[in-house]
Amino acid sequence: MSFKDTFEKYDWSVLEKEIYEVTPQEVEKVLLKDKIELEDFKKLISPAAKPYIEQMAQRSNAITRKRFGNTIQMYIPMYLSNECQNICTYCGFSMNNGIRRKTLSDAEILKEVTHIKKLGYDHILLVTGEANKTVGVPYIKHAIDLIRSQFSNISIEVQPLHQQEYETLISSGLYAVLVYQETYHKATYKTHHPKGKKSNFDYRLDTPDRLGKAGIHKIGLGALFGLEDWRVDSFYTALHLKYLQKTYWKTKYSISFPRLRPHQGGLDPKVEMTDTDLVQLICAYRLLDEDVELSLSTRESETFRNHCIHLGITSISAESKTNPGGYSVESESLEQFEISDERTTDQIKQMIQSQGYEVVWKDWSKSYVSVD
Amino acid sequence: MTTDILKIADKTFKSRLFTGTGKFSSTNKMREAILASESELVTVALKRVDLEKESDDMLVHLNGSQINLLPNTSGVRTAKEAIFAAELAREALQTNWVKLEIHPDPKYLLPDPIETLKAAEELVKLGFVVMPYIHADPVLCKRLEDVGVPCVMPLGAPIGSNKGIKTLDFLEIIIEQSKVPVIVDAGIGAPSHAAFAMELGADAVLVNTAIAVSQNPVDMGIAFKMAVEAGRMAYNAKLAPIKNRAEASSPLTSFLNDIN
Repeated sequence: MSFKDTFEKYDWSVLEKEIYEVTPQEVEKVLLKDKIELEDFKKLISPAAKPYIEQMAQRSNAITRKRFGNTIQMYIPMYLSNECQNICTYCGFSMNNGIRRKTLSDAEILKEVTHIKKLGYDHILLVTGEANKTVGVPYIKHAIDLIRSQFSNISIEVQPLHQQEYETLISSGLYAVLVYQETYHKATYKTHHPKGKKSNFDYRLDTPDRLGKAGIHKIGLGALFGLEDWRVDSFYTALHLKYLQKTYWKTKYSISFPRLRPHQGGLDPKVEMTDTDLVQLICAYRLLDEDVELSLSTRESETFRNHCIHLGITSISAESKTNPGGYSVESESLEQFEISDERTTDQIKQMIQSQGYEVVWKDWSKSYVSVD
Repeated sequence: MTTDILKIADKTFKSRLFTGTGKFSSTNKMREAILASESELVTVALKRVDLEKESDDMLVHLNGSQINLLPNTSGVRTAKEAIFAAELAREALQTNWVKLEIHPDPKYLLPDPIETLKAAEELVKLGFVVMPYIHADPVLCKRLEDVGVPCVMPLGAPIGSNKGIKTLDFLEIIIEQSKVPVIVDAGIGAPSHAAFAMELGADAVLVNTAIAVSQNPVDMGIAFKMAVEAGRMAYNAKLAPIKNRAEASSPLTSFLNDIN
């Protein structure tokens, strides 16, 4: 059994129809409920719920403050490599993109870490493309071993791995894995991932199952908004979340909201997701689940991020570079996508504090994952 | 009022309100609220403290005053991890007191009774003063007492829920049976909930979210202090019994007094 069995019980076009046919009365009924379920989530992400966003936001704010308090967690990504054997129509690292490839050496990784530590970070996210010969599991494991002593919390966003490979990395001190399905629309997924290991939709779909079985502490889920209708993709993400929470109950979950951003050889979004849409979605997730972490990256604009502090978001990054060596080694190497909020970490910290929130740098002890 | 001191292991407490450090908007605000509450025991999540940094912000703000730090093992999923975390805390914070929290479920943070009992037994042997966070399970409380914990900390409702005392029937049994202090932990969302727990006979309460997340944590800290004192005073004064029926002002059997 895996999520695939649940996934196959649903039909994209049926869901789409259900979501678009929701009436305002149905939304109002949901908003009177104390406990929001998956069926209710469908109503909250519908076009009919748009006039109720303020109501949803007020409730989302109250729930988030109750469960997470007045805190926002900080993390920073570190790109280790832009080498990739996949063709993805929307990604700057795509194999058919004729750019110079770069993989950080030990010395370069440590130089980047020195820079990141000076900024104050204690939670780091390591990112690579999918190039098994150069940046496969041994490279990732080595990178974790190299930096483990300097961070309380190490996460990765890399290619899907086998269960045993995840187990190896967890025993090295890995805390979380972020793996986005990109889109849950199987046919669309194929058109955007025509070549490379990533073209295997089912293998990617079952990745969180392998992570759950491996005993990971946290799994990050999400869809890439722009490839397909965000409403239907988000329903599937929520379905995935609920399935995982019941199956791997010891694991924590987070949701991210990446929207397609410009990059070299870029792709225009098929379906636009406006700022209002994104606010609606953030609030809908919070109403569905009081405890899921909601994360917002520097893809979003300053104004948008400033306001999201009050909407249900619980963790954000700042000053991110999306190219390997971007912080201190090679600022000009190819970035995966352009960031939008370019403020410094210090500026973000001040913004958060000025809104009455505490900036949390450390919320994990590495000793919890390296006791074996 | 007579002196009513709470004793746990080798420490005595004038205040029966224990507090936490999470969820505040700033460490300054946290310190002000805790000082205002006059709490003498404050739990600190080990996972939030930077043990390698000599001047961790939170610890700097809590040092001095009458506050005793109680490191907690929040974040661990097994007895083994909890023991490791406790040892780390003992070394770093120079205290053998530990609030034992083992919650493999990251959503509701519900404590694992089996791992908690295992860890408590081992930690007591290692010389720790173990304060276990547990379900309101009377049998588990007795089992923990048997392995040598100096108090038990049953939950009133799921942590951070602010729902109040939802485990009333079981708390009453625990309080009735316990040989060690009973500290109601988790779920207390309003001073009235705290006062109620104290009226029931709880020896202390632990409150975090309700203070940290309020609009004015300092005033809320004071409100909880007063509620806990009022509840304790009421308990000591013995509450008037609750009656379901009215008591007749002209009793039917008073004539018996005249006959006898």
